[in-house]
Amino acid sequence: MALHRLRLRIWKDRGFKAIVILFSFLSIVPLLLILFYIIKNGILSISWEFFVELPRPVGEEGGGISNAIVGSLLLVIIAGLPSIPLGIAAGIYLSENKKSRITYWSGLAVDVLQGTPSIVIGIIVYLWVVVPMGGFSAFAGGIALGIMMLPMIVKATEETLSLIPGSLKEASLALGVPYYRTILRVILPAGVSGIMTGVLISTARVAGETAPLLFTAFGNAFMNWNLNNPVNSLPLLIYNYATSPYPEWHQVAWGASCVLVVFVLTLNLVMRTVIRRWKVQF
Amino acid sequence: MLKKDLDLLVKQLLESASLVNGMIQKSIRGLTQREKDVLVDVIEQDEPKENELEIAIEEACIQQIACYQPQAKDLRTIMMVMKMNNDFERMGDEAVNISESALFLIEKPEVKPLIDIPRMAEEATKMIEDSLKSFINEDIQLAQNVCERDDVVDGLRDQILRELITFMAADPTVIEPSIRLIRISRSLERIADLSTNICEDVIYMAEGRVIKHGKVNT
Amino acid sequence: MESAILKTEGLSAYYEDNQVVKNINLSIPEFKITAIMGPSGCGKSTLVRCFNRMHEMVPGARIEGKVFLKEENVYDMESITVRTRIGMVFQRPNPFPMMTIRDNVIAGYILNGIKLNRSKSDDIVKQSLKEAALWDEVKDYLHKRGTFLSGGQQQRLCIARALAVKPDVLLFDEPTSALDPKATSHIEGLMADLKNTVTIILVTHNIAQAGRVSDFIAFLYLGELVEFGPKGRLLTTPKDKRTEEFLTGKFG
Repeated sequence: MALHRLRLRIWKDRGFKAIVILFSFLSIVPLLLILFYIIKNGILSISWEFFVELPRPVGEEGGGISNAIVGSLLLVIIAGLPSIPLGIAAGIYLSENKKSRITYWSGLAVDVLQGTPSIVIGIIVYLWVVVPMGGFSAFAGGIALGIMMLPMIVKATEETLSLIPGSLKEASLALGVPYYRTILRVILPAGVSGIMTGVLISTARVAGETAPLLFTAFGNAFMNWNLNNPVNSLPLLIYNYATSPYPEWHQVAWGASCVLVVFVLTLNLVMRTVIRRWKVQF
Repeated sequence: MLKKDLDLLVKQLLESASLVNGMIQKSIRGLTQREKDVLVDVIEQDEPKENELEIAIEEACIQQIACYQPQAKDLRTIMMVMKMNNDFERMGDEAVNISESALFLIEKPEVKPLIDIPRMAEEATKMIEDSLKSFINEDIQLAQNVCERDDVVDGLRDQILRELITFMAADPTVIEPSIRLIRISRSLERIADLSTNICEDVIYMAEGRVIKHGKVNT
Repeated sequence: MESAILKTEGLSAYYEDNQVVKNINLSIPEFKITAIMGPSGCGKSTLVRCFNRMHEMVPGARIEGKVFLKEENVYDMESITVRTRIGMVFQRPNPFPMMTIRDNVIAGYILNGIKLNRSKSDDIVKQSLKEAALWDEVKDYLHKRGTFLSGGQQQRLCIARALAVKPDVLLFDEPTSALDPKATSHIEGLMADLKNTVTIILVTHNIAQAGRVSDFIAFLYLGELVEFGPKGRLLTTPKDKRTEEFLTGKFG
């Protein structure tokens, strides 16, 4: 090979590597800056009272975001209860029946649902749940978030199970194990890490959603454990307080943002540990 | 697998060998003791059995080569078993020849007392037994020893020939029986030769060394 | 004549409209190793999968004809019952990665929800691993996952797992094609020992393996049973020209 050609190729190679590294840095830096900024501003609000006290009216010192934390937890639980089992079951069906007509249309529906703007989902749930029930509620908010979680869990389950080699299913069937037991006791356990990842990602995602809750959970200045009543959530609180004219409330919003970000970060770390411990190599 | 089938094969070969040895001894006994039934037995019972065995062993050897693709010592063993099988069958044929000549001779008066022929037969059967022993024990020394003893049997045959020539020259009526006796001695000499073949095969099988068509101590 | 433990009558197998196994009448003798041999794509894997009813698990697959296990029609029985009486070992070793070695051996019981008391399950584990010539190598590691085992050891684990449910027949679908020569000869030796207690049907495209291991050979070509007989005779004096051509390497 001609020598100058070779040199050109080596330089191109190095240049490409440099560009890739540069772009990686460029994409990480803003993330780190955001994280740093949030934590820096929010850390001032963090205290024990912050977690356990209710918000105080404007002008008063102190106060906390306990109702938002409780509300967020309630919403996530209500969202997860139906959507996790439904999503996993749907994912199992889709991965086991790749050639059926139902699979084709269901897969399409899941993709469409995933692409639907969250505010649209909020409006739909408003029409279907809030109006018939006669008022905003944690229940409606949970439904909206659940609808958002569903497609992610379905896809994660379907993709995880599709990656499991068919030889595992064959091995189980050849032992005389019935089909449903093969799925429940061999295939699902083998896919546990991927499915859990799907659940955790979708939870992290909906924990930070605001738009759908505007028309469903609506928000609440007080603590509320009743599912039929409106409930506050961290993103709602952040939205309301950040757009308010009061600097004290801005500070609370920073604190709440910090809490939310740390929560999502923790979920992601948990997810990575889960993958490392439970992932099955084929 | 291969080992088991090989052991079975060797067992069958030894069966064939002992059958043939028996045939030789019976034919000589039939001659010296003038027992017609024994001689008929050799021709009508033993020989078909020996032929059957020969075919079975040959088939088994070919099948084992097809099935196991044996290498090195295993391959040499199977090939030599095939050759030995052949040699034993020929020995059987010679035993039949002896019996046929004997059947003629026992109807006639003795030409001369039978001394050398039984001696040849004894030597030949001992050579067969020793060659078998050398095969089973892979005893190279014994195999070489047997090859050397072939000269003894050759010497005996020459002696019988010279003796009978003088008898035939003296008395023409003994020509026919004498020729039969000469035939018998030739058969015994051939049997001894076949034993040395077997010993050469044993040496090849055990050590991969070829000693045939020449002197023993090359 | 040995008694036949498995018999097919007019067995044909289809994938949609494609006929892969054509009208096969075969008798498998008990406590012997029968090799099903033929070039790639001749239908031998499909044929044995009709025995343990794995063929029907493929969408669009169907069969015609009958398969008898000890006089009972396999297609009149519950498919899961059939599979406990006719076990299978696959081409690529497939132990359950989430289970310990011990649990892998008795997986046939665990996954079916059959509870065994501790001593009984210990016995089954030990005996199956001994029959699969794996006991000495793993007896101190029963509670570890089997991922550290070599390919040959994993395959023997799969054999132990299949033996633990005490089948009448064991199907081996090209069990050594993913293994190195040493592991292959281990497994071949193992099969020779196993045939005293289980009838073995071995699918292979490797003529030499069929010659070493089997007692009988069935030669399949393009879905048809061309010839069946004792291995020595079939390999030296085949009756059908197609068998002759396959053995001398003209195709396959």
